[in-house]
Amino acid sequence: MKILLMLSVVPDTTSKINFTADNTKFDTTGIQWVINPHDEFSLTKAMQIKEKTGAELHVVHVGPKINESVIRKTLAIGADRAYRIDAEPTDSFYTAFQLAAFLKDKDYDLIFAGRESIDYNGNMVPGLVAGLTGMRFVNAVIGLDLDGEKATVSREIEGGKEVLETTLPVILAGQKGLVKEEELRIPNMRGIMMARKKPLEVIAPVEAETLTEYVKFEKPPQKSAVKLVDKDHLEELIDLLHNEAKVI
Amino acid sequence: MSILIFAENNNGKVNKTAKELASYAAELANRTGDQTVAVGFNLEDPETLYQYGIRKVLNITDETYKTFNAKAYAEAVAEAAEKENASVLLVGSSNDAAYMAPLIAAAQKAAYVTQVISEPLQTDPFTVKRKAFSNKAIAEVVLKSEKKILGIAKNSYGIKENPVEGQTEVFTPQVDKNAYEEIKSVKVEKATGKVSLSDAEIIVSGGRGLKGPENWGMIEELADLLGAATACSKPVADMGWRPHTEHVGQTGKQVAPNLYIAIGISGAIQHLAGVNSSKNILVINIDPEAPFFKAADYGVVGDAFEVVPKLIEKIKEFKAQH
Repeated sequence: MKILLMLSVVPDTTSKINFTADNTKFDTTGIQWVINPHDEFSLTKAMQIKEKTGAELHVVHVGPKINESVIRKTLAIGADRAYRIDAEPTDSFYTAFQLAAFLKDKDYDLIFAGRESIDYNGNMVPGLVAGLTGMRFVNAVIGLDLDGEKATVSREIEGGKEVLETTLPVILAGQKGLVKEEELRIPNMRGIMMARKKPLEVIAPVEAETLTEYVKFEKPPQKSAVKLVDKDHLEELIDLLHNEAKVI
Repeated sequence: MSILIFAENNNGKVNKTAKELASYAAELANRTGDQTVAVGFNLEDPETLYQYGIRKVLNITDETYKTFNAKAYAEAVAEAAEKENASVLLVGSSNDAAYMAPLIAAAQKAAYVTQVISEPLQTDPFTVKRKAFSNKAIAEVVLKSEKKILGIAKNSYGIKENPVEGQTEVFTPQVDKNAYEEIKSVKVEKATGKVSLSDAEIIVSGGRGLKGPENWGMIEELADLLGAATACSKPVADMGWRPHTEHVGQTGKQVAPNLYIAIGISGAIQHLAGVNSSKNILVINIDPEAPFFKAADYGVVGDAFEVVPKLIEKIKEFKAQH
């Protein structure tokens, strides 16, 4: 069996988000780059399957050279081989097109991704890749059981979950719930040493269009100062919620 | 040309998101002179959409579509878009919509932008505002393709009544139903009788300050009283005090209710990222220095074990009078 993780590299969740002076670009100064949190759940699930079945695990990432240290982290956690498509993933369609082109001559049985990246939150690249390749696809995956070629997949729906049956190969966009939080892997020293020797191949991007363009960024409007209510006069709070906020 | 909305339903009835999308479509059509059309599956009350400015509803009344299937729905909606010569397709941000829409975008080579919070700032070039960086930024994005898909963020646009003359026709797409065999739905599990986080107008959320799962009784009582959903912070879910499905934050659920009540939650940046689209935030915390107060509209400094029972009493008194 062959497994692929389509990896996103994102700013650490504690990052302060700032923009360049003309507010047209995200300011990457001082940003710590990490594995996209949703991808971590998929990576861990992929590792569990690899350990159980002896599957081979590859990682592919569309992004600049600076992201290689994060790609190495997935190798240190246990992936066998990585590919970096050397392009800025500025547009979801462009990124998906690169990944679809990469998949053309490959034969992965299971393709994992994260539901969305926590920077641009597009929630669409795995689905676009499925659309472009015609592969089977499940979004927002919170459970997976494999039985030979058969996959039983749970996905999140509004207020609950849906259990689906499908067959491999399939693209799965994982998220929190796919594995337990405490199961998430971090690299150990031996893994880090081994990762140095694992192959990380750089691939030139294919010609592709961008369909969207970010032209401006701003911070969300600041909240006005909080109205504090004395804990012994909660009727004032009820009054504010009823007459001012109009929520009760 | 037309503006098409994907009208979702709850048990056959047009839902709140569909009304929001209809309102958005009507406003946009006012500017562009386009026709407003909706497509839905087995809608029982398609005429509801006329109230919000939709002039034509394509109702797909085939039993096959009783359950959602992303590929089958995508193909059917895409076919409706072709038939109506739609330049813009509007979808919501439910799990179903987010699953289906990229498949349409790939097939039509349409620019697709999610988390949209504004009407187009301009239509040439077609520019919208969206949330990005987990609500820590707002971005202006240009959609460059001829066909466009907008995913409207939850509770961001609002419902505007705008009654028009409408008509409904039964639509039968020529979809390959094989999609239902490729990915087969075997079971749907929904918590019954509880308000779901994504539908909730009010959310009552608890953090580590509540000291243990045994103390959630008052959180649930307050939520029941307000018709609210319950939620929690990441540490609470990680410690197993509450199910993971209740975790609200950057890596959990992102919510945007009319009122978010945070009890015993300090307000870490990752938590705020999941809730700061809420219309109103009420923070109850014993620590006056808790960072959450900076992001709040209303605050009470005090021990949750003292404040919450009192608040419950006050709300009961209020409800008795109203």
